[in-house]
Amino acid sequence: MTLLTVSGIRKSFGAVDVLHGVDFSVGAGEVLGLVGDNGAGKSTLMKIVTGMYKADAGDVVLGGTSVLDLSPGERRAKGIEMIYQDLALAKQQDVAANIFLGREPVRRVFGVNFVDRTKMKQDAQAMITRLGANLPAINRPVGSFSGGQQQSVAIARALTFNPKVVIMDEPTAALAVREVQGVLDLIRQLRDQGIGVILISHRLNDVLSVTDRIVVLHHGRAAANLVTKETTMTDVVSAIVGGGDMAEAAAHEAQG
Amino acid sequence: MATSPTRTDARRPGRWARLQARSIEQLHVRLESLIVLIALSTLMAILSPYFLSVSNFLNILLATSTIGVLAIAATFVLSSGGLDLSLGSVLGFSGVCGAAVAVKLGAPMPIAVIATIGAGALAGLVNGLIITRAFVPAFIVTLGMLGIARGLALVISDGRVIYGLPNAMVYLGQGRPFGIPMPVIIFIVTAIVTHMVLAYTRYGRHTLAIGDSENAARTSGINVDFHRLTLYVLSGGLAGLAGLLFATRINSGDPTAGIAYELTAITAAIIGGTNLFGGRGSILGTMIGALIMGVLQNGLNLLAVQSYYQQMAIGGVLILAVFIDQYQVRKESRI
Ligand SMILES: Nc1ncnc2c1ncn2[C@@H]1O[C@H](COP(=O)(O)OP(=O)(O)OP(=O)(O)O)[C@@H](O)[C@H]1O
Ligand SMILES: [Mg+2]
Repeated sequence: MTLLTVSGIRKSFGAVDVLHGVDFSVGAGEVLGLVGDNGAGKSTLMKIVTGMYKADAGDVVLGGTSVLDLSPGERRAKGIEMIYQDLALAKQQDVAANIFLGREPVRRVFGVNFVDRTKMKQDAQAMITRLGANLPAINRPVGSFSGGQQQSVAIARALTFNPKVVIMDEPTAALAVREVQGVLDLIRQLRDQGIGVILISHRLNDVLSVTDRIVVLHHGRAAANLVTKETTMTDVVSAIVGGGDMAEAAAHEAQG
Repeated sequence: MATSPTRTDARRPGRWARLQARSIEQLHVRLESLIVLIALSTLMAILSPYFLSVSNFLNILLATSTIGVLAIAATFVLSSGGLDLSLGSVLGFSGVCGAAVAVKLGAPMPIAVIATIGAGALAGLVNGLIITRAFVPAFIVTLGMLGIARGLALVISDGRVIYGLPNAMVYLGQGRPFGIPMPVIIFIVTAIVTHMVLAYTRYGRHTLAIGDSENAARTSGINVDFHRLTLYVLSGGLAGLAGLLFATRINSGDPTAGIAYELTAITAAIIGGTNLFGGRGSILGTMIGALIMGVLQNGLNLLAVQSYYQQMAIGGVLILAVFIDQYQVRKESRI
């Protein structure tokens, strides 16, 4: 069952043509890998899905209805969550404030809605514990955390509100070996819960081990759409760099 | 060498830092500013026997009320990563508007009050629209408004003070229910309400988040542009309220009212712990900052220091406060 369908997406920044007609889809309980060279347009494509960027053409359909006219907030409410490559955290605010940013629980006192800090902290702590993230203190500004710890906060924010589709843009870039395995396990859990996951990563080993399908962006198009089970490292690498004999590069990747 | 300040800090591991963090988290107040206020007050009490009297205390609050309301406006805008340099001019502009409506048009008091605050909010709306729709930096837009609003105040009043507000209005500036000056009451109520808004509502939390990281706010689904717009309207409206307090206290609309007040207001906000670049700020902290400015001015008055020097002192305090803030930030990030 397809959950999210992206079709004919075009996008240019001024004179720079980044995407010219990208199509792909993700099903519920499916993990899709999105790979491509630096600057291939992966992050741009995903920001179009979340509404941060406006596409020049094309459509983004979630569960049968187009979300193109919705704001980023409305798309989040519909269940599209993304962990951004730069994490997009408010560095001077604490963990709870970041996880609940834009969706703070409120308590009504004398007809006025006040943010329910107690509930926020409890729920944030529960989420952090569930993720097994290793944070020094939940009430500290996230800017004082290490890169990996900040990444955990960004992941927690994306998972707290029962998302339908979770887009992860390099979620393991700053993580140590054990934490990387943790994120890969998490992706499998999400899949088992019927959530659609889009994983952007340059660690092709991880992509091959956790995804069901792999879409390769090349020259602004979805150049390949591979079923992971029937795909080798060589296939992926050659699609990324655009054909030719890539056995050597693939062998190098496989070692790494 | 061995007694450099960093060394001393290192010998007290974390205790002070923890206290600071607790104070900020639970009271939304920076401990340093509280200490400065107490130290300054103690010094003044020693220097002038008159300082520690109830009437002088009310004097300080009364003198702080106008600046304090402006400082609240500055806190909202600064902590959202914005800037409003037009506060003093908008104060003058709205005071003149209110006086013109009351005196020249003879409108009843509630209408004149609404006109005063509304004139300020309107100036803020213009600021906000240009900043969020035309993408002109806030520094430039509000600097422009500083000139425009002042010019308008002079045009409307024909360059002359508009005297003779109706009694009902003058009561707002000169009335003393239970012996407490009305401006002080209005100021404190405004401070309490805005403190609740900034510290405990979603609107306030989003304000800080936008100032912290516009990108984080946008990706979280906050309508950043609209939020910014409302902040400038709020800032202008508060400047209008300050204009109302000013005009009713002197029983006239003075087109030169509030010149350079933005300097004191922004200084008070920053002394109170508002981050000049956004992401941090609290009204309670700003109140302490405003009181520091009030005590400073009051003390200098009691010591008969000329007002020219007072202006210099305020400017110096602003630079010192930002220096200390930046020094701490650099120390924390170990640059
Ligand atoms: N806001 C922007 N303004 C102008 N150009 C942009 C902008 N964002 C991205 N680009 C350009 O679009 C292209 C694609 O960038 P994008 O960040 O989507 O690549 P990516 O595939 O995510 O790369 P990486 O693997 O390095 O993260 C690049 O050439 C980049 O310079
Ligand atoms: Mg990218």
